[in-house]
Amino acid sequence: MNAPHIPLLPGFADPVDDAQRIFRAVLAALSRPGMLQAISGLPPAPAPLCAASGAVLLALADYETPVWLQSPSPEACAWLRFHCGAPLVDAPAEAVFAVISQPLALPPLAAFAQGLPEYPDRSATLIVHSAGFGDQGLRLTGPGIQDECRLGIDGLAPDFWRSWQSQQGHAPLGVDLLFVNGDSLLGLPRSTRVDVEGKGE
Amino acid sequence: MNTVAGYNFAYLDEQTKRMIRRALLKAVAIPGYQVPFGSREMPLPYGWGTGGIQVTASILGRSDVLKVIDQGSDDTTNAVNIRRFFAQTAGVATTDSTGEASIIQTRHRIPEKPLGEHQIMVYQVPLPEPLGRLEPREAVTRKLHALADYGLMHVKLYEDIARYGHIASTYDYPVLVNGRYLMAPSPIPKFDNPKLHMNPALQLFGAGREKRVYAIPPYTRVESLDFEDHPFSVQRWDEPCALCGTADSFLDEVVLDDAGGRMFVCSDSDYCKTRQGAGHTGSQSPIPAEAT
Repeated sequence: MNAPHIPLLPGFADPVDDAQRIFRAVLAALSRPGMLQAISGLPPAPAPLCAASGAVLLALADYETPVWLQSPSPEACAWLRFHCGAPLVDAPAEAVFAVISQPLALPPLAAFAQGLPEYPDRSATLIVHSAGFGDQGLRLTGPGIQDECRLGIDGLAPDFWRSWQSQQGHAPLGVDLLFVNGDSLLGLPRSTRVDVEGKGE
Repeated sequence: MNTVAGYNFAYLDEQTKRMIRRALLKAVAIPGYQVPFGSREMPLPYGWGTGGIQVTASILGRSDVLKVIDQGSDDTTNAVNIRRFFAQTAGVATTDSTGEASIIQTRHRIPEKPLGEHQIMVYQVPLPEPLGRLEPREAVTRKLHALADYGLMHVKLYEDIARYGHIASTYDYPVLVNGRYLMAPSPIPKFDNPKLHMNPALQLFGAGREKRVYAIPPYTRVESLDFEDHPFSVQRWDEPCALCGTADSFLDEVVLDDAGGRMFVCSDSDYCKTRQGAGHTGSQSPIPAEAT
């Protein structure tokens, strides 16, 4: 490469308050699966990251959390190394955070750290760039949902929900998902049961 | 109250907050499971709520309104100190009112007023491991949790019945979260156990000395362990609160003199004051001063 100098985009304008705000949105998203959380005022992040997935990493990643990028770019790697100090890994299984920028080519969920029976918390969190959110197609039940929640998540591979359901057979092991799209954040912890509704109409 | 200079917002440094935040997110994703975290030394001793304080410091934002209770009361040493700690290190608004608070840190009670979806409860936990008294080795209790093998606890409850005729635990009564993990609800009275079940608020638990956090997400099943022929039941009192007359709240016994005099009053001071303000009276209510 002929360009030794990669211009670096800025991180959070206010690292303390911005990190707290993004964390609370992520906490709300994972404790209330299916309920969209709005996160605004995000700094731009270099591709393949989007502003939302970049902000989640700025808020939560550091030298303790290896990050795996599905399609790494020199700009994004330099940005993460500088702002988060996070090591970037080549193997999905080593990652604490993984950014899935092309969800149609998502590796099997079992390729990521699932945790151990004695330590199910040692598992990966996947940040998935969704193509958008709808209001039907999926029926969510489980902790954080009062009765049930209906919504749709666009841009996923057709067999994705089958792999999610097979992960539930290994509970409490498994990965946790954060879907991002624009300024919206949606949590899907491993405890959420997802039923795909038949295509009516 | 003026904030003190020289500290990061809410006392903890940002790396510590990130580490606790990541632990909390996994705790929410695995309801009832105890996530290890790197508990820091705090400017007060273990046993005074260092776990709860670290959880509160990690979630607190400038717009939050903080309430701290100790055994239901806003006015006891532990509650006053922790409230002042965050007023000084984070500059957040504090309140005594359960309804106005966005974060409620508690030592051993759940407020009587039902919580809302916008609220987060933070519990101070001395002993997070419910099986700890029955099996001291953590390597073994981890294995028991991994296998969901909670026979030890059922035997303990059964032995209580064999010996005393009833289950003798009145506080820190073991619960099963989301049908999977056995959890110590911290030493709340078993009176409060039903409030854990399907609570609209997010409930976070922090144990500083034992270096564990765990969580109950909103609207999560929480069952108190029992037997079909010995169903779980909560404490009841023969008399209502002596100050506000309620028969539905958890009452503290207060000794009045050395001649056997005693009264029962609400443990939740905000609940009792609110009821008194609304005109409710009890047997020991102060007689209103005559208008002069």
